Amino acid sequence: MALATSSTITLHVNGERRTLPVDHRTTLLDALRDHLELTGSKKGCDHGQCGACTVLIDGRRAVSCLQFAVAAEGREVTTIEGVADGDTLHPVQQAFIDLDGYQCGYCTPGQICSAIAVIEEHAAGWPSAATEDVRPEAGAPPLDADEIRERMSGNLCRCGAYVSIVQAVARAAEAAQGESAQDKSAQGGDLAGAEAGTAVTA
Amino acid sequence: MREFGYERATDVPGAVALRGADGGTSYLGGGTNLVDLMKSGVERPALLVDVRELPLDRVEVTEDGGLRIGATVTNSDLAVHPEVRRRYPMLAEALLAGASGQLRNMATVGGNLLQRTRCGYFADTSAPCNKRVPGSGCPAIAGEHHNHAILGASTHCVATHPSDMAVPLAALDAVVSYETVDGPGELPLADFYLPVGDTPHLETALPPGALITHVTVGPAPVAAVSHYRKVRERASYAFAIGSVAAALAVRGGVVEEVRLALGAVASRPWRARAAERALTGGPATAEAFAAAADAELAAAKPLPDNAYKVTLTRNLIVSELTRLAEESAR
Repeated sequence: MALATSSTITLHVNGERRTLPVDHRTTLLDALRDHLELTGSKKGCDHGQCGACTVLIDGRRAVSCLQFAVAAEGREVTTIEGVADGDTLHPVQQAFIDLDGYQCGYCTPGQICSAIAVIEEHAAGWPSAATEDVRPEAGAPPLDADEIRERMSGNLCRCGAYVSIVQAVARAAEAAQGESAQDKSAQGGDLAGAEAGTAVTA
Repeated sequence: MREFGYERATDVPGAVALRGADGGTSYLGGGTNLVDLMKSGVERPALLVDVRELPLDRVEVTEDGGLRIGATVTNSDLAVHPEVRRRYPMLAEALLAGASGQLRNMATVGGNLLQRTRCGYFADTSAPCNKRVPGSGCPAIAGEHHNHAILGASTHCVATHPSDMAVPLAALDAVVSYETVDGPGELPLADFYLPVGDTPHLETALPPGALITHVTVGPAPVAAVSHYRKVRERASYAFAIGSVAAALAVRGGVVEEVRLALGAVASRPWRARAAERALTGGPATAEAFAAAADAELAAAKPLPDNAYKVTLTRNLIVSELTRLAEESAR
């Protein structure tokens, strides 16, 4: 019996269901760009080494070049085209514009998708390789420049816009922490979250 | 890339039945290594059995106080698990030192153990490689080998195992559980990776078609004071050129217990048993740490361009044990 080497799949992308036939060899990145006309996700190395193709899969950042489209069926995929709220840019997008977090722009969609996840991972208390003490009792480290550089190290920028990228991620993280502190305050809760707002401007 | 069929398994018996013992079928986990090797033609499966949705995504505390880790737990989820960070900090640190945030979200525990060497000749289908094409030769020995093995290699292959996670798992005497069509089995990590010898293409002792289901680590109280330290050619997002996972318990200036394993020096995570024997019951001093490192590295057989690894690894062992001795005394 010959194996089927292609399938008709349904991908959930940016809140929409899109049905398409794919050869099983098609990566999620190629499906997004060549089949669904979502060309925001970029192909840099196509080997998982540069991060330009970073998207969110079930809310977590992943490289779409090392994921077969057929294996992504049933999962929620968010690309750079889906992070804004209508005409209102995502705070990370706005921070990259305000602080000039790019030069040529090719790596930017991947940088922004990655940064959105970095801020959420940090808020969830995830340590990183830059964290001095990983034990849970030590608590989450402040999201300072060293932490941001380590957490964003999967996204290369060959223009070398790293200085501004770190600043943009720090500003977006501060804004997110401010919001979360306000939410807690509005609920009569504590303001512990505000302490972490002393991040970077380096 | 060769065309392939795709099946998504929903339970373990179904996965091993789909896989069979046919060499043309591969399990697909996070795909971070396999998909890349399929693109370069190193791997050419006719069928992929996607195992990521198997119910093996939990980390459970065992009755004796160890951890039973499901094979599809992602590297991210294992790294941030509170019990891993509390009881085995070297394991959390090793996971966090590996790859990037994106890749850790995709990569699974089972796949991490089974990832292939990053030797450039292995990845290049136009080059000879005894691991990829048995008997074709090893160009690394007379060629590019600055990041190749100094321990346990052979004249047939000098490739290293690239995993960070496997290094503390070796120090922790982890046990790998697997399932086959003929039933389940277990392999201590010490026996999981085969010696290189003249068969570098045979990497693990898993039976054909076996699916890793769990990795179990014992309680190991010594690991509460432990670290993983990794040296690489850039500050982040690179494979190790040397690494050490170490746990140390010191009482009254004497080494009560020590666990030590090395990364990026051999075809497998290298448990430093000679060093452990030299240290146990002796003084916790820098001199003793250096002597233990020398005892382990006496067997090193460096090539012309990787002799630096002997010095680097020795210094890594001494500095990490010194740091742990201070922490253990607190």
